[in-house]
Amino acid sequence: MEFRLHPVALIRAILRPIDPPLFLLLTVLLAAALVVMQSASPARMEAQLANTGVALALMWVTARIPSARLLSLAMPLYVLGVVLLIGVALFGEISKGAQRWLDLGVARIQPSELMKIAMPLMLAWFFQQREGAIGFVEFVLAGVLLAVPVALIVTQPDLGTSLLVAAAGLYVIFFAGLSWKLIVPLVLVAVVGLGSIVAFGDTLCQPEVDWQVLREYQKHRVCTLLDPTSDPLGKGFHIIQSTIAIGSGGMFGKGWMQGTQTHLSFIPERHTDFIFAVMAEEFGLIGALVLLVVLFMLLLRGLMIAAAAPTLGTRLLAGAITMIFFTYAFVNMGMVSGILPVVGVPLPFISYGGTALVTLCVGVGILMSIQRERALSQS
Amino acid sequence: MTEFRSPDQEVSRLRVRLVVAGLFMLICLSLLAARFVYLQVVRFDYYHTRAEDNRIALVPVPPNRGAIVDRNGKVLARNFAAYTLDITPSQVEDLDDTIDRLSEIVDISDYDRRRFKKFREESKFFESVPIRTKLTDEEVARFIARRYLFPGVDVQARLFREYPQGDLLGHVVGYMGRINNRDVDNLETRGETANYRGTEHIGKRGLEESYEAELHGKTGSEQVEVDAGGRKVRLLSRRTAVPGNSLILTVDAGLQAVAHQAFGERRGALVAIEPSTGGVLALVSSPSFDPNLFVDGISVADWKGLNESPDRPLLNRAIYSAYPPGSTFKPFMGLAGLSTGKRTPQQAIADPGFFVFGGHRFMDDKVGGHGMVDLHTSIVQSCNTYYYMLANDLGIEGIADFMRPFGFGQLTGIDLPGEADGVLPSPDWKRKRFKKPGQQKWYGGETISVGIGQGYNAYTPLQMATALSALVNDGVVFKPHVVKYVVDPQTGARREVEPKPIRQIPLKPAHLAAIRAAMVDVNKTGTGARAFAGAEYSAGGKTGTAQVYSLKGSKYKEGNVAERLRDHSWFIAFAPADKPRIALAVLVENGGFGSRSAAPIARQVIDYYLLGKRPAGQASEDEDAPADH
Repeated sequence: MEFRLHPVALIRAILRPIDPPLFLLLTVLLAAALVVMQSASPARMEAQLANTGVALALMWVTARIPSARLLSLAMPLYVLGVVLLIGVALFGEISKGAQRWLDLGVARIQPSELMKIAMPLMLAWFFQQREGAIGFVEFVLAGVLLAVPVALIVTQPDLGTSLLVAAAGLYVIFFAGLSWKLIVPLVLVAVVGLGSIVAFGDTLCQPEVDWQVLREYQKHRVCTLLDPTSDPLGKGFHIIQSTIAIGSGGMFGKGWMQGTQTHLSFIPERHTDFIFAVMAEEFGLIGALVLLVVLFMLLLRGLMIAAAAPTLGTRLLAGAITMIFFTYAFVNMGMVSGILPVVGVPLPFISYGGTALVTLCVGVGILMSIQRERALSQS
Repeated sequence: MTEFRSPDQEVSRLRVRLVVAGLFMLICLSLLAARFVYLQVVRFDYYHTRAEDNRIALVPVPPNRGAIVDRNGKVLARNFAAYTLDITPSQVEDLDDTIDRLSEIVDISDYDRRRFKKFREESKFFESVPIRTKLTDEEVARFIARRYLFPGVDVQARLFREYPQGDLLGHVVGYMGRINNRDVDNLETRGETANYRGTEHIGKRGLEESYEAELHGKTGSEQVEVDAGGRKVRLLSRRTAVPGNSLILTVDAGLQAVAHQAFGERRGALVAIEPSTGGVLALVSSPSFDPNLFVDGISVADWKGLNESPDRPLLNRAIYSAYPPGSTFKPFMGLAGLSTGKRTPQQAIADPGFFVFGGHRFMDDKVGGHGMVDLHTSIVQSCNTYYYMLANDLGIEGIADFMRPFGFGQLTGIDLPGEADGVLPSPDWKRKRFKKPGQQKWYGGETISVGIGQGYNAYTPLQMATALSALVNDGVVFKPHVVKYVVDPQTGARREVEPKPIRQIPLKPAHLAAIRAAMVDVNKTGTGARAFAGAEYSAGGKTGTAQVYSLKGSKYKEGNVAERLRDHSWFIAFAPADKPRIALAVLVENGGFGSRSAAPIARQVIDYYLLGKRPAGQASEDEDAPADH
């Protein structure tokens, strides 16, 4: 049987899995990333373009996969992730004082990255299995499922990633309906804890004070945030210089390719974690607010998809993924503008880095897949 | 406590939570937006300034220091460019390793390493610091060929100070040294800190110190854009440096050399002044030192050698050491007698060889005395008794009041640092000098000693030369000065250091003539006759001996006294007698009688200055001299 695809039909077939609003917003962000990258690190333009292409392709592939099949991957991915994390703990490579990498002979992988997707997927799948009978036991089990990999990542030690993985899981648990009676005290404890660190920072940051749970470098990060000038040429240098870059950008910015902090190398890691400083320096408050608005619209779209998703698992998954996007963006910009500690979190969709971009776009693909199914189920 | 809910309930419950999540995100993102507004609008000026400070560095361009030349244009201090090997520590990963590897290419001594360490502690972290100075051309070539192996290391041209005359004018020209904390404080009080950015050395002694403000010039600057590593990216603007002014001295280097050599190994000082202007023609303090030793940071061995030598070469005897003037005081005493009317030139006294005061016998040098002695004879023969009596008649207040205008016991105000004021004794001075009431009283017997230039009297050679200049210049006292012109190197404009008459001492020409005539006779028939035998000009002079060691009751015999305890030898002279062009004071420490060691030096200096005659060799010391005093 001869089968000729009409060009219009072909384009339709290609576009079918795509959610237009999400894709439009994503395109704006990725284009912005390329513009900023040209200024921050022109040598990485080609790689960034390649990364963008690969990430979009994988997004498209993911978007075509039915969400039920995605959820069915949850258990295998989660188990694999936990096994790899245990492998890291036993045989992992030590780099910069932390054991994060596992050399599989073929490639060195960082299993904690895998967990960033596997964790919300696993919990969404888990609650889907228990749909209609979600109670105290389920939340305890979910807590255990969450605690095991987080504990493994904390001991690597990698506080930043473990918090992000924990957050991803907690979002699922939150959307699954954990009682406010439990949420409110938890949030209060967290607020009081952070508040007391800020209030007693001076005492806590004395060199002889041992923080027990956290490693020295983590203590350093928190303390530097509390008083960046205490170490202006060391860790504090990053925050001070990125704050100067943002502030000196003013209302309209210094202009593309005109950022002095950027082009005279005062901003550290300016193509990765601190790329927002480059953007705010060159495009000013206007540029920063536009970015915030675009991001917020993308997040709203994510929440809308979650609200309309056909099954409990997909609702939880879409909500959690959206919240993860938000968390990355908030933590990154908060860190670069000096209101959160320096943790290694990239600015989603903008920072250079293939792995992160692919992970994020796969996340967008999952949202699209869920949205497509809703459209199908409605039709 | 498992709840069973309908799926619809669960969906609406989830939607509530999604709305909560959306609100939460909105709040958090608004928080960020508020933070951006705060940073980019509220604190914009502050961060804008911070960013500009980051970006723009003002690199100082130190000015060329002014040269110093003598009155004939002979160079005494100049700059020369030399290559230094500089390390910028902020750009070097392993300093010790880098220095070790460098030492295989160029010579790096332990001294260089120590100095580098010291300099580094004093400099900012992005500044370059010299590890080696004055590289040879070959060393420069060897390094350049391997420069790529040494990031953060480079060859730089710097200006160094050089003193081509070596130790000839060490005490006059002085030297420069690295700016230390005390200099930094001084610059701060003078408001000159900014003008010394980029300058590493400053005048420490001599003219280099006293004319620092003229010599230094104005520091220029380059506004450059720098990156985070402190490297220059591009030049934004430039303000050129204004070179320092040059100095043309009144000093004649040739004359200085004659005087310097005349001292040989002996300790002492000579100051020669042009009486009509106060310009210093020669200023010798022997032994001297080579200021070149200090240019690059003096080595420990050299410093020890200079600082611990018993001859104290770093001491500027000409302006800092005060000695009793001995008989060189007598012409001034004589003039005091005439001016106050206590004596007339013709009035003579009978000298029995001693003078009794308060039951004590003040001895004359000549056993049995000089017989009948008038003013002229008293100076020519240096008769003590005449002056014992005169001092007694004048009284200590009378002496002090007369001598003070000549500058005795006061700072002359010469344009060299480190001048001492000496002692013009008076009851008032004694009251201030001593703490115990018993020592504060002035005794009449002390006045008698002062009359012959002994006792508490103590004057620097500079003060003696200045006072003599006033005496031969009809009582006009000039402020002595070493610099004649300050020259702007760019325009060539000269600013003359005006001869400054400080005061006119009211003196009668007849009295002055009488004293000068007596001093001329000193060199013809008196104690200076041997030294000035055969002089082709007429010169006035007076010998003197400053007692170092007082031998109570016993007669001073040179041979019995250790060399360092021997009397100091003085000679003051002027020439030509009718219109003096030079007046000088010579002191030879432990030189014995003034006629023997000091007078010949004066003769050589005047011979050279008036006739251009260079001495054939050193003056011999072993001739017998006529009795001094």
